[in-house]
Amino acid sequence: MPIHDQSYRRYTGRREEPGKAWLVIARNGILTILRKRLFIGLLILAWIPFVVGAVTIYINANYPQFTLLAMTAQRFRGFLSQQDFFVFVITVWVGAGLIANDKRANALQLYLSKPLTRLEYVIGKLAILSAFLLMVTWVPAILLLALQVAFSGSFSFLRQNVYLFPAVTVYSCLQVMVSAFTILALSSMSKSGRYVAILFAGAWFFSHAVYGVIYAVTGSTGFSWVSLPGNLNEVGDIIFHVQHRYSTSPAVSLLAIVVVIAVSIWVLNRRVRGVEVVQ
Amino acid sequence: MPEPDPAAVVSLESVSVSYAGRAALRDVTAAFLPGATGLLGPNGAGKSTLLKSLLGFLVPDTGRMTVLGLDVARSALAIRSRIGYMPEIDGHIPGMNAVAFVAYCGQLAGLPAADAMQRAHEVLYYVGLGEARYRNVETYSTGMKQRIKLAQALVHDPDLLFLDEPTNGMDPKGRDEMLELIADLAHEKHVNLILSSHLLPDVEQTCDRVVVLDKGAVATQGPIETLKGTRRQVFELRIKGDRTAFAAVLAASGFECHQADEDVMRVFVPDEQGARALFAMASRERVQVRHLQPSVPTLEDVFAKAVGEE
Repeated sequence: MPIHDQSYRRYTGRREEPGKAWLVIARNGILTILRKRLFIGLLILAWIPFVVGAVTIYINANYPQFTLLAMTAQRFRGFLSQQDFFVFVITVWVGAGLIANDKRANALQLYLSKPLTRLEYVIGKLAILSAFLLMVTWVPAILLLALQVAFSGSFSFLRQNVYLFPAVTVYSCLQVMVSAFTILALSSMSKSGRYVAILFAGAWFFSHAVYGVIYAVTGSTGFSWVSLPGNLNEVGDIIFHVQHRYSTSPAVSLLAIVVVIAVSIWVLNRRVRGVEVVQ
Repeated sequence: MPEPDPAAVVSLESVSVSYAGRAALRDVTAAFLPGATGLLGPNGAGKSTLLKSLLGFLVPDTGRMTVLGLDVARSALAIRSRIGYMPEIDGHIPGMNAVAFVAYCGQLAGLPAADAMQRAHEVLYYVGLGEARYRNVETYSTGMKQRIKLAQALVHDPDLLFLDEPTNGMDPKGRDEMLELIADLAHEKHVNLILSSHLLPDVEQTCDRVVVLDKGAVATQGPIETLKGTRRQVFELRIKGDRTAFAAVLAASGFECHQADEDVMRVFVPDEQGARALFAMASRERVQVRHLQPSVPTLEDVFAKAVGEE
């Protein structure tokens, strides 16, 4: 008699209700990325500006003679601008293969044969990238804000800049949404993560280069809406109440961002399917 | 529209599906009863389209489908939590070993993480991948990939399995083992299954019933034994003379007849008559009988008759 029956057995245990599979996708994706040492190195690098900011706050709080280091709303805006580089690198690193690799391995039909919807699948993938992007934007920015309050010993800074918390949150979310939706849409259009990375980098830099050429020819910054990073910068300047860098209407920049996200959602809706219809 | 058969695990009523601009299923009405049912048909007959429609991947133009008593159009998620799907083409989650992959599929299907991991080990042993369960799936051979596709379909203990060409690309030994597993699931473990295949022996070995599709329509359906027509005798016949003309004479006399091999015909003779009737007819038509051997009705005969192969 065998000690353990290795034959097929019916399962009588608990089952989760449908609707939580996106959490499984997100958790698995995040853990998979975190197993890469090089990526951990990148995350540490992305937190160096936070460390610098924290030291600045400490010096400013303890040595009032260093007035140049005083924290202002502009410094928070500058901090998030600095993080743009890491947002770009993480977007390409994490996002390029999120759907492309599944398409290459024919995994979409496996996912969608389980009790999860296409929306849940996309939300799960978005959550993976968004978690890492917020980890280098919103989380350190909010921690800096908390440190500022903690070291100054009063809420006066927060009271004077009451819009900072929502500003950091809204801008970080905007940054994450534009990057995440764009790369996921591109990722759903290919089976090669490398190709997607090149496409995304191309779209990001090429659009800004086109703006640069137009600026060189016309001398006007009114065409910044053709540039993806330009639109984010313009809207960011408005959110943080700082000097605009372009003469484009913020409404136009915001509209351009909304269009990019809408087109990405449309592409995802077309491309994330259990069956690929070849006309 | 007729009501679905309450006993059926899957039923389709007048289902038509257009796929990539062409009609892939045309007015299909079929019932898959509990147990193992073969979904037979030549390549392009619409077998995979039918399974993908049942999974909700394709939306029918017309008609109604129910799976386990649930309407596919309204309860796709509830259905997918109770079925397992083994796709025709290779598929896996990139970068995972077998046990992590199967456990992940279990979690996606709603099993708690610990249960999913335990089930993953169990089903991997069951499908014969116990020793290779820590290997990356991307390094698996074709046969192993077929087995792991079965494992991921089984991990959450579905009430109904959709197996799409499960023996594709397998060597004879692996194919036999896969068919044994399928037969075991259907007959010993009482898992309902639909086996889509163009390989008649696979279906005959594992299934009790069959639905034959041809050009997107149901050509025939029912219990295999009934369709075989066991009340008839079958003869393999080789003649010297005009085969086409003699086949026409046989058909006119009510003898079903179709080509089996290059020069061999399979002739179905009603029970009350026998080989003598064939000899008499051959003599009358001045045809020389070179070979006459009794045979048994096979699924191949059913298939040939259903899809109109001569």
